Amino acid sequence: MLIFLRRRAVSGAIPLLVVLLGVFLLARLTGDPTALYLPESATPAQRAEFAAANGLDQPVWQQLLDYLAGVVQLDLGTSLRTEEPAAEMVLRAFPVTLSLAAVTMILAVLGAIVLGSWAAYRPNSPADRVSSFFTMTAASVPDFWLAVTGVWIFAVVLGVLPTSGMDNGLLSWILPIAVLMIRPLGVLTQVVRGAMVSALSAPYVRLARSKGADSRRVVTHHALRNAAAPALTVAGDLAVSLVNGAVIVETIFGWPGIGKLMIDSILQRDFAVLQAAVLLTAVTIFVLNVAIDIGYALLDARVRDVATV
Amino acid sequence: MSTPDMTTTEHTPASPAPTAAAPRRRGSPRLTRLLLADRVATAAAIVLLLAALCALLGPLLLGEVAQRQDLALARRPPFSLDLGLFGLLGTDALGRSVLARLVVASATTFSVALPTVLLSMLIGSTIGMWAGYHRGLRETVAMRVADVIMSFPSLLLAVVVLYVFDPSVATIVLVLTITRIPVYLRTARAEAAQLRSRGFVDAARTFGTAGGAIIRRHVLPITLPTLLTVATLDFCYITLAESSLSFLGIGIQPPDVSWGLMVSEGRTYLRTAWWLSFFPGLAIVVTTVAATVLSAWVRLAGDPAQRWRLTAPRSRRPSMASTAVIDQEARP
Repeated sequence: MLIFLRRRAVSGAIPLLVVLLGVFLLARLTGDPTALYLPESATPAQRAEFAAANGLDQPVWQQLLDYLAGVVQLDLGTSLRTEEPAAEMVLRAFPVTLSLAAVTMILAVLGAIVLGSWAAYRPNSPADRVSSFFTMTAASVPDFWLAVTGVWIFAVVLGVLPTSGMDNGLLSWILPIAVLMIRPLGVLTQVVRGAMVSALSAPYVRLARSKGADSRRVVTHHALRNAAAPALTVAGDLAVSLVNGAVIVETIFGWPGIGKLMIDSILQRDFAVLQAAVLLTAVTIFVLNVAIDIGYALLDARVRDVATV
Repeated sequence: MSTPDMTTTEHTPASPAPTAAAPRRRGSPRLTRLLLADRVATAAAIVLLLAALCALLGPLLLGEVAQRQDLALARRPPFSLDLGLFGLLGTDALGRSVLARLVVASATTFSVALPTVLLSMLIGSTIGMWAGYHRGLRETVAMRVADVIMSFPSLLLAVVVLYVFDPSVATIVLVLTITRIPVYLRTARAEAAQLRSRGFVDAARTFGTAGGAIIRRHVLPITLPTLLTVATLDFCYITLAESSLSFLGIGIQPPDVSWGLMVSEGRTYLRTAWWLSFFPGLAIVVTTVAATVLSAWVRLAGDPAQRWRLTAPRSRRPSMASTAVIDQEARP
């Protein structure tokens, strides 16, 4: 198990390093930081001083090492907009996005298990048709449009929900989570349905049925356990796309999360903050992927054993 | 019924030239008939065709109407008669016809989506087939790179790249192509890896055919239907991605129009003119649903072993959605 974990962590860390390197290189691509940070009227002496103060006179590899050291010490530069440390801003925004994503994911998984099992219980039944139709539309509806339309219907026309912000307690969570949940729910329902259909026709389920087990119990205790593994893998990849959704939802509903922070910093060319936000997101996804692999191995003995060989 | 096709692909590759061309030439009238037999797929094809037509002719025919401003006619609700047919979907804050703008914007959507789909399919499947056929180090490296790209939220990459380069159609195509290459790479690799041990590929190799020729003549024809299915589906994804970027203000920039941008612009007037963001979004939904339906159909029709399902009675058919979304994010 430990060997398995270590291997997973190492193979997952490569993308992380690439992201670090990519962000560093992109920072160089944006042009000379002195031109960006100093006024145009700055004298050559001032420019040299600025370069020396920020380590820009060092060779590139030295700069890279400094950058990596800074990352490890959570020193990610200062925001141009607010002159706060970028790390602080990012860490302040992080819990908002995390709670939004976590609640969405939990609800989506629960909903998908119910919907997917219901659809798989009788393939081609009305229930199955309904869930198929839902999964297809869920994959095709732009989330920003859903959010805007949702605001229009529930906040403007009906006036039951707030248009934006998160000060209205539970009410302000309903629309953002509903919008963010649609796509993961659709994909997961489809995955659970597929896995359940094959699980329900497997010999061990037939055995459970023939020995007289309650049909509901067969679904919940026998089939679902095996159907959970593929759903879990997909859930990991969905978490990546959830970041995309969070950017949109936070922008529309004005939530002070990572997504909004990123869009704001790009529109106001605040590179340090953008860099820090991208970095934190990448690290979170890395940790999440490792956690999902562990969960997958715990669920499926075959994966665990093959990986340790 | 599908046996003739099976035999052509299975047993004749020793004489490679007819393999690639023959089934397609014979197959096309049959495919049309199959398409017409499926009402849902026909509707989807018509919708896509209409959208493509709009994109092709729209800017030429309606480009002027879409820009005509008339403040006296600003924010007219849908079905207002002052502008005739162009008032069907209302007018925006500057009195421009929403319908005409929608048609013109479809050109932007297609000009981003089509090059992206073609480019990413070309690059991704070439590398994928090459990696899958040769295996070994080449495969490992290609797959790791794909993993790296996949494990990174596409919107973040777009955000960073569009920060460095100014947003334009070309840069958006570039970013989206990079994020979509792994999808084709994985599909093509999996197919090629599986095909390389098949009898006819072995035979070709024994006869001394070069690797590149085997990939082109024996691997590609069999992989192509799957790749095309993925491509149709990816068309939706890219349409959605482009409109998201435009909505966020880092995609298509204001003098140009795109559906996502129109939703974003209409958001300001949500209280007074809901149609401004409602209809562009609806256009996106209709186009992407059509592409999804068509991709499900292409997937069945392109596979000789599955084609019978299209002619089978409806009750025996698998439901649409179960075949619709290919497991794009599936791990290798």
